Amino acid sequence: MDSLAAWFKWLYEATGIKLTIFYDHYDRLRFFEGLGITLELSAVVLVLSLVFGVIVTWLCGSSKMWLRRSMGVYIELFRNTPPLVQIYFFYFAIGPLLPKFEGEPILGSLGWAIVALTLLETAFTAEILRAGVEAVPKATIEAAQALGYSRTQVLLRIIMPLALRVSMPALNNNLVNLVKTTTLGYAIAVPELLHASSQIWSEQVNVPEMMIVLLITYIAIVGLINQVMHWLEKSFELPGYGQ
Amino acid sequence: MKHIKPSLFKMLGLLGAAALLSINSAWAQVDTLASIKQKGKIVVGVKADYKPFGYLDPSGKIVGFEIDMANEIAKNLGVELEMVPVIGANRMEFVSRGRIDLMVATMAYKPERATVVGIPEPFYYASAVALWGKKDSGLKNWPDLKGKTICGVQGAYYNRRAGDEFGAKLLTFKAAPEALAALEAGNCMGFVFDSTFFAGLAGEPKWEAFAITLPLIDPEPWGMGVRKEDAKFVDYLSATLKEWHKTGFIIGLEKKWGLPATPYLIEQQTKFK
Repeated sequence: MDSLAAWFKWLYEATGIKLTIFYDHYDRLRFFEGLGITLELSAVVLVLSLVFGVIVTWLCGSSKMWLRRSMGVYIELFRNTPPLVQIYFFYFAIGPLLPKFEGEPILGSLGWAIVALTLLETAFTAEILRAGVEAVPKATIEAAQALGYSRTQVLLRIIMPLALRVSMPALNNNLVNLVKTTTLGYAIAVPELLHASSQIWSEQVNVPEMMIVLLITYIAIVGLINQVMHWLEKSFELPGYGQ
Repeated sequence: MKHIKPSLFKMLGLLGAAALLSINSAWAQVDTLASIKQKGKIVVGVKADYKPFGYLDPSGKIVGFEIDMANEIAKNLGVELEMVPVIGANRMEFVSRGRIDLMVATMAYKPERATVVGIPEPFYYASAVALWGKKDSGLKNWPDLKGKTICGVQGAYYNRRAGDEFGAKLLTFKAAPEALAALEAGNCMGFVFDSTFFAGLAGEPKWEAFAITLPLIDPEPWGMGVRKEDAKFVDYLSATLKEWHKTGFIIGLEKKWGLPATPYLIEQQTKFK
């Protein structure tokens, strides 16, 4: 580790390429904490949005009109407004209105980022799953109903496994989008990767170097996700379904 | 051809004369003090949008800390004061072109700036880094910030010191309004920023319970500006500034305009006593 730090210091002295994240303890701390927060944020929002996405899709298919309508309104609202505006709205407009716990607000920047991004991603995931659900042949569902499955059982045991496999590519796309959207936390002081990097480059005046490091890091994260999803798709393959 | 030739010469002649005249005028203006005494007035460039250094009062008059200084200079010279509003982008050009005789416009001293305009020393003020927080927060020194959450503005050079040296947890936003909103909402217990910014907030009712709670650190001095070739004027202003530091005139102005006590002025006063 020390030799790595020494090499980068030499690089700066020899060529002027400043990569302080490798040899300055404070910059390194901030950068890797930022990376951790980006990954944490992405993972938490992914899991929550999948769970809630399934619930919303189920509600969209319910027989009660008011449920369908209200879910429709929710999805429209979060698809039609810019994510940055949503984040600002939650943190600066709604945050101060909520009651305080021991003098401090209940949700900090990270909390609000999770809330805002989950609501956004749930809306997108619900729409993607709806497409997957509609891809399940009516005949299969009727057969399940004829066999005596209840509505919930049909959803969980018949529809969802098929719908998830069909929407896997679109969900993968959504996940990549999610990782990139976490950079919006920058606006409400979530110490994620972009925020940490921007602080570092303002102090050290090494904008091009940090930009390249950022790009490479995001490409690496997204590349890794793509590989994992590819492996998942392969392992979930069903004969006859989109091979 | 016959019709054009004479007018072409005329044009060249006029251009040549204009060039000679402009060089001549640059030489002629080097003794600003003499020309001020001759005109009977001094033209000073000031800010009109930076409370409390130079801003417009409700009646539309320019008032402020720096205007008081300009008035004092005019009084000492026995001439009238004419003020010209300037902004950061044009203040140095105005003075080097001769549009204004003197510039007192919240200009932080930077070595590159000293190559464009003449900056008399000692400097008349220094902005510093301050923490705006609740009056009853119980903070005495900067190291007390360890582990506490404070708001800041992204890119400020002093954020590192607050985070690394003092161990505070920084919540940085894109601009001061967002950071103030977060402070008001209780997301952090203080806002670290330029001390002069807070002087503008001090009067407002919603900031009643807030004040600059820690001593100011990291001062950045401010200087006046005059034409670079004007050594006589620079010397005159240097002498005036030394006198002001000695008598505590500037410290008096600081109190008058509700600015936090800058350690820089106190040390300048002891230096010139």
